[in-house]
Amino acid sequence: MTKNLLSSAVFAGLIAGLIAALLQLVFVIPLLLEGELYESGERVHFLVDGMTQSDKGSPGLGTEWARHLMTIGFNVVTYTGYALLLIAAMGFARERNGTQITPQNGLIWGLAGFIAVLLAPAVGLPPELPGTPAAELAPRQVWWIATILFTAAGLALIAFGRSLVMHALGLVLILAPQFYGAPHLDTYFGIAPPELSAEFATISLGFAAIGWSVLGYFCAFFFARGEES
Amino acid sequence: MNTTANITAVRTHGLAFVLAMTVGVALLTVSGMAQATVLHDAAHDQRHAMAFPCH
Repeated sequence: MTKNLLSSAVFAGLIAGLIAALLQLVFVIPLLLEGELYESGERVHFLVDGMTQSDKGSPGLGTEWARHLMTIGFNVVTYTGYALLLIAAMGFARERNGTQITPQNGLIWGLAGFIAVLLAPAVGLPPELPGTPAAELAPRQVWWIATILFTAAGLALIAFGRSLVMHALGLVLILAPQFYGAPHLDTYFGIAPPELSAEFATISLGFAAIGWSVLGYFCAFFFARGEES
Repeated sequence: MNTTANITAVRTHGLAFVLAMTVGVALLTVSGMAQATVLHDAAHDQRHAMAFPCH
């Protein structure tokens, strides 16, 4: 079991991390690099006389291959980390409730993971372009982790709870951190065009959803195969 | 005898889940949360792309 948990997570994390990194390099990182032009002041959107206008266009991936290799490497690390948590949860559900794990329902596990880890925290703390001033880091990290735990627990109650009360409690847990509210500054400081920030937020979440779907599928695929043998 | 075997199996698996989760959290701490400058810079783009609270 231990060996199957760990090896399945490594394989699934590697596949999902590489696919996610490739998608990020094509769709997400160019926007991030474009945002850095505003962070460095090379491009200015909000001019002093009240005009707002700037050229659109990413500088492209450029030749910083060491930097992009790091992005690929850390994607594999992140997805392997999430794979370990997801497979531990799958194994626990299988052992405790007899839940069957298949690649098809692995996709649903992955999407639930995406909701808990990316979407729910992003409701309060949207993905940010570099250079976006934000509230102090530590309280944001605490709210972020708490929101993930509350949302995951809420989804688990809805998925495995056997009564309406349990399901309602699940919904309460999911909503609680949102009603509590994420830490925010009381002033807007953004220097990048609003369109670019919005595009970055939606595109990074969209491709993370694909990454998590792939992760869920392959976690279940390798885990189920290992348990059968 | 069977009951003992089952209990042992559950305990062993329980440890496996705890081990997997501990290693998972450790990896995520490195790739997403740790603020050491070298780590932060290397993981920077990936942290933004994966919506970690970065800086």
